[in-house]
Amino acid sequence: MDQLLGMAFDAFRAAGNGIESIAQAGDRGIIAHTIDYISRRSDLILELMLEHLWLVILTLIIAVTISVTIGIIISYYESLAQTVLGICQVLMVIPSMAMLAFMVPLFGIGFTTGVVALVLYSLLPVVRNTYTGIRELDPAIVEAAKGMGMTERRILFKIKIPLARPVIMAGVRTAAVMMIGIAAIAAYVGAGGLGELIFSGISRGHQPMIIAGAIGVSIIAIAFDYLLYYGEKRFSVEGSTREGN
Amino acid sequence: MIKLEGLTKVFKGHNIPAVKDLNLEVNEGDVCVLVGPSGCGKTTTMKMINRLYEPTGGKIYIRGEDALQMDPIKLRLDIGYVIQEIGLFPHMTIYENIATVPNEKQWPKDQVKEKVDNVMSLVGLDPEIFKNRYPSALSGGQRQRVGVARAMVSDPPIMLMDEPFGAVDPITRARLQNEFLRIQERVDKTIVFVTHDIDEAIKMSDTIAVMREGELVQHATPSDLLSAPADEFVSNLVGRNRSIKRLHLIRVSEILEEVDRAPALKEDTKEEEVKKRLDESDIRTVIVVDRDNKLKGVIGVNDLKRKTGEVAGDYFQEVSDTVTDDATLNDALSVMLEIGEGYVAVVNEDEKYQGTITLGDLLNVVREDS
Ligand SMILES: Nc1ncnc2c1ncn2[C@@H]1O[C@H](COP(=O)(O)OP(=O)(O)OP(=O)(O)O)[C@@H](O)[C@H]1O
Ligand SMILES: [Mg+2]
Repeated sequence: MDQLLGMAFDAFRAAGNGIESIAQAGDRGIIAHTIDYISRRSDLILELMLEHLWLVILTLIIAVTISVTIGIIISYYESLAQTVLGICQVLMVIPSMAMLAFMVPLFGIGFTTGVVALVLYSLLPVVRNTYTGIRELDPAIVEAAKGMGMTERRILFKIKIPLARPVIMAGVRTAAVMMIGIAAIAAYVGAGGLGELIFSGISRGHQPMIIAGAIGVSIIAIAFDYLLYYGEKRFSVEGSTREGN
Repeated sequence: MIKLEGLTKVFKGHNIPAVKDLNLEVNEGDVCVLVGPSGCGKTTTMKMINRLYEPTGGKIYIRGEDALQMDPIKLRLDIGYVIQEIGLFPHMTIYENIATVPNEKQWPKDQVKEKVDNVMSLVGLDPEIFKNRYPSALSGGQRQRVGVARAMVSDPPIMLMDEPFGAVDPITRARLQNEFLRIQERVDKTIVFVTHDIDEAIKMSDTIAVMREGELVQHATPSDLLSAPADEFVSNLVGRNRSIKRLHLIRVSEILEEVDRAPALKEDTKEEEVKKRLDESDIRTVIVVDRDNKLKGVIGVNDLKRKTGEVAGDYFQEVSDTVTDDATLNDALSVMLEIGEGYVAVVNEDEKYQGTITLGDLLNVVREDS
């Protein structure tokens, strides 16, 4: 028994060492090349990053406006809600390449196509979170507001949205991170951004280009998530006092 | 002030009405307490009055006006509402919570501030301490006070209070009840008050409406309810100790007028007079007061035997407790039991002697209505 275990252990170790050494050998070359590439083309990379960021920010603003509005509307019309959420769900599971391909005949090649496709993609998280965030508020709070004579409009802006905001913001963060990734693919239809780097890297077989693009996308995604998270936390003064009552 | 006619509510998908053909009238300045077991339709009735629920049938009149024809927002702004679940807004400070209705009415800022401060003091919350706190930083009892303050801040003529003292321990509850009665004496609002605690109902109400399975069983003054329950359901609800509960309802001053007891003795009364008065007394005790009619003490038969001086002022015994004339008979009974005597001296707030009440007097009151 002991022998058997020992053998298995040795085998494992050998395999592990092997993989490690292969990876190290390969990596060293790639890393060096990538660093070299990045330092040579930093202007281009920065420009593409800004383009990428612009695409994401613009799309995010449009998508959040539309999604929050839809989310609020369906929170009042329960019968609509399941249908609308279903449609958003379908939109999200369409493969990104297919979605972009659908957009080209409608909007041609370029930035607009990318924006439209990205907006459609990112509807679900925000619509769903707005809807559930409002729906799952303590009904007693809404009823108290109503019973005191607040109009539906005031209840929405003074009670429902502020209370559902953390949930809505979680949806926005999901959408943003998702969008940053998909925006890279949107370069395929000429929307620009870091995707260009990745795609030309692939077509030329130039690995450092691909990796530089991927790193750029990751940096944007992490920074965005962080900013949105802490922005929301700082923005909500009462952050720690929401529960209770 | 509030009149409900044939008020009925059938919830969608329910066969049995939650409230059925309810007729009820609440006079201006009265506290009407809705009481009944859980699920009997108290909250539903209340929410129809401020139109959170639309009635399936029947009419609601407020000051003679058809409430169902009124703009619900206007209607609600003039009806203070304390929701059963308290429902404070967790993202707003206590100040902002209480200022809700004044802000809806767009009062000037100064006026809002003044009113909020006033009403917070009124319900016993120090504005300086609590104003900027969030609801989560308050105890259950404090939250209920905020709920009540929020409902009454704009001085609405009508208040709907759904178990406003539900979520607190009995001692805090009694304190809140007393504060409520004290406030109500001053503001004199028309109030519909829900509870399922019959003792609370008796204590707080001008009239009690007993509900059962959506129907009104009896609407009467607490005293009539205790002396003449409409049926077995009501008499079970008010319980076995009806007579003792009745003692909650009567103030000492009310029966003091009826009992005709000889006046107290002055301190300089001589022995013969004391002896004569002791013989006449039904409690074999006489009360001694000073020149200003302030209570000094009592003299019993034994005190006279062992007397240590010539006049009454030399040998009276001090009394360990008294009641004031605005206490209830129940308070008087408690004091008698505590001091272990069959009587208690009644004084007014300046400690002037008003008279004496005996266990026999209480028995007479209880006997009268059974
Ligand atoms: N929004 C609603 N939808 C459907 N049914 C309801 C609704 N609100 C109340 N009911 C039903 O109506 C009946 C009366 O409820 P209501 O809340 O008025 O009782 P209550 O007397 O206030 O009870 P409690 O003392 O427990 O608060 C209950 O059977 C309840 O289930
Ligand atoms: Mg209720």
